[in-house]
Amino acid sequence: MTRIRLTALALAALTAAAAHAQSDKIKVGLMLPYTGTYAALGTAIENGFKLYVEEQGGKLGGKTIEYFRVDDESDPSKAVENANKLVKRDNVDVLVGTVHSGVAMAMAKVAKDNNTLLIVPNAGADAITGPLCSPNIFRSSFSNWQPAYAMGLVAAERQKHKTAVTITWKYAAGDESVKGFKEGFESKGGKVLKELNVPFPNVEFQALLTEIAATKPEAVYAFFAGGGAVKFVKDYAAAGLKDKIPLYGPGFLTDGTLEAQGAAASGMLTTLHYGDDIATQKNKQFRLAYAKTYKLQPDVYAVQGYDAAQLLAAGIKAAAGDLTKRDAVVKGMEQAKLDSPRGAMTLSKAHNPVQDVYLRQVDGQSNKAISVAVKQLADPARGCKM
Amino acid sequence: MDLTTFLIQCLNSVQYGLLLFLVASGLTLIFGIMGVINLAHGSFYMVGAYMAFTLASLTGSFALALLLGLVLAVVFGYLLEWVFFSFLYEREHLQQVLMTYGLILVFEELRSLIVGDDVHGVAVPAWLAGGVPIGHDMSYPVYRLFISAVCLAVALGMYLLLKKTRLGMTIRAGSVNREMVQSLGVNITLLYRLVFAGGVALAVLAGMIAAPVSSVYPGMGAQVLIICFVVVVIGGIGSVKGALVAALLIGFVDTFGKVFWQQAAGALVYLLMAAILLWRPEGLFKPSQS
Repeated sequence: MTRIRLTALALAALTAAAAHAQSDKIKVGLMLPYTGTYAALGTAIENGFKLYVEEQGGKLGGKTIEYFRVDDESDPSKAVENANKLVKRDNVDVLVGTVHSGVAMAMAKVAKDNNTLLIVPNAGADAITGPLCSPNIFRSSFSNWQPAYAMGLVAAERQKHKTAVTITWKYAAGDESVKGFKEGFESKGGKVLKELNVPFPNVEFQALLTEIAATKPEAVYAFFAGGGAVKFVKDYAAAGLKDKIPLYGPGFLTDGTLEAQGAAASGMLTTLHYGDDIATQKNKQFRLAYAKTYKLQPDVYAVQGYDAAQLLAAGIKAAAGDLTKRDAVVKGMEQAKLDSPRGAMTLSKAHNPVQDVYLRQVDGQSNKAISVAVKQLADPARGCKM
Repeated sequence: MDLTTFLIQCLNSVQYGLLLFLVASGLTLIFGIMGVINLAHGSFYMVGAYMAFTLASLTGSFALALLLGLVLAVVFGYLLEWVFFSFLYEREHLQQVLMTYGLILVFEELRSLIVGDDVHGVAVPAWLAGGVPIGHDMSYPVYRLFISAVCLAVALGMYLLLKKTRLGMTIRAGSVNREMVQSLGVNITLLYRLVFAGGVALAVLAGMIAAPVSSVYPGMGAQVLIICFVVVVIGGIGSVKGALVAALLIGFVDTFGKVFWQQAAGALVYLLMAAILLWRPEGLFKPSQS
C-alpha cells in the first residue's frame, strides 16, 4: 500500500516537473516535405523559420523554441496521421506546414478538430483561408488566387492582350490559378478562349501545344511547378510558340527552375509576392544572413518560412509568452504588421497575407522584379465565415 | 479540327508512342522474358536521365555522355543482377515486388544524396537543335524526330536479335523452360545476367535520350513506371511486337483524348487497358507470337 502511494506521489511529482519544464518552452511542430519532389522547398521553409528564431537569440517572447519534425512526403493520404503525430503524440503548441495543398487541407482539418494553432508557410489552396478558415489557422504565403488575378490584370492592361488560352495540370491548385487569371483578365475586357488541362502529373504537352497553335490566342497563361514547369516552358519554346504567342504564369513557372529552363524562359513575365532583387534594407539583410548561415541563396519559400516565425513571434509577444491565452495570441497575429523581406505585409480578416504582388521578368538566371503589379492585394476569401 | 492540325496530332501520337516503347522495351525484356516484376524499372530510367545530366556536364558532349552512360548501364545492370535479382527467379512475385520497391527507395535516396533535389536541364546537342517548320505557327523540334529514330532503331534491333539470332533463340527458349535450356549446355545464369543488363541499359538509354526534353527531376521514375506496365500488359507479356503496337495505341489514345475529351484524358489509357484485357486477357499478342 505504502509503495503504491509512494509511486503515485513520485508520478505526480514527475508530471508536475514535466508541466513546469514545458511552460518555458514552446513546442513547434514542423510538418514539411523532407523527401520527394518538394524536399528542397521544405528545407528552405525550415531554414527560413529557424533563421528568424536564431536572430531573436533562439527565443520568441522569452520562450525557448523546441522543434519536432515530421516528413509529410507531400502525400495527402498520410497527412492526417502525420499531423496527429505532432498534435497528439508530441503535443506541439503550434503546427507549421506545409507545401502541398492537399496535405495542408488535411492539416487544417486536424488543426480545427484539435483547436491547434496552424501556420501554413506555402500551400496556396484558396480554401485554407476560404471555406476552411478558422481563428486558429493562419497563412504566411499566398493564395493561388493572388498572383493569378494580378497576372490577369497585367495581361489585359499592361500587355494589352484581348484573348488568351490557359493551360494547367488538372488539380485543385491549377484550377484555382486559372480561375484567378480569368477573373482578372476578363474584368478588364479580355476573353479566355479555351481552358486546356493535362492530367496531373503527366508531362506530355505536345498535343495541347498543337491545340494552342491552332487556336491562335494573343497570350497563354500556364500553371505548372517543378519538373512540369521546366518541361512545359522548354516544350513551348521548342514548338516555336515562344516568339509568336507570349507565355505568362505565376512565379512558380520560373522560380528555382531557371537553370534548367535556360534560354527557353528568357524574357518571360510572371507575377509573385516576392522577387530576389527587391531593393529594401530588410530584403538585403535577410538575403545576406541566409546566405551566411546556410551557404545557399534564399528563395520565396525561405521568405515564407521566415515570416511564419515572425507571425508566431507577434502572437507570443501579444500573449506575454503564454500560449494558453489563445485569444490574445490570435489577436496579436491578426494585428501584426510584418516587415517581411517581400515588403510590408499584414493579414486579411481570413488570415491570408495582404501583400504587394510583383511583376517579374526573367533575366538570365534570375527573376527581376520590374514593377508592382498590384499594391497590397487581398484575397477575396470567398466562403469564409469568420 | 482541320487537316493540318489533325496530321500534326497524328505525328504527336506516333512520336509519343515511340518514346513510350523505348521506355517500356527494357521492361518487356525483364518482366516479359525473365518473369521478374521489376518495379525499379522507373528508377533505371531516372538513373539514365541523371547520368545524362552529370556526364554531359563532365564531358561537355552529349554523344560521349550517351556512349559512356550505356557502358556504365551494362556494368550496373550486370552487378545488380548478380547481387540482387539472381536470387529472385525462384521466388514468388510478392517477394520480387517487395525487393524491387525497396530498390526504388534506395535509388531515390542515393539520388538525393549525390545530385540533390533540384530540377536540372540537359542541353540539346547543337547538331540536333532547331526545328522543322510545320503548319503556320508551329515548328517540330528536330530532337523529337531524333528520339523517334532511335526508338525505331531499338525496336528493329530487338526484333532482329530475338528472332533472327541464335542468342535470341536461346533467350526465348530460356523464358519457356529454364532447366531444359540449362541441361542442353547453355550457361543460363550468364545469359540471364546479360539479358538483365540489356534491359537496364534500355531503360537507362530511354532516360538519357529523354533527358533533354523532359528535364531531370526527383520522382521522375515513378511517373514512367506505371505507363510502362500498361504498355507491357496491353501488348502481351513478353512480346516485343506487342509492346510496340501497345505503345503506339496509347500514344494515339492519349493525344486525341487530351484534345477531344480533356476531363477524362487521365483515365482513357487505363480504360483502354481494361477494355483490351476484357477482350483478350493475355494482351494483344501472346508470347508465342512474339
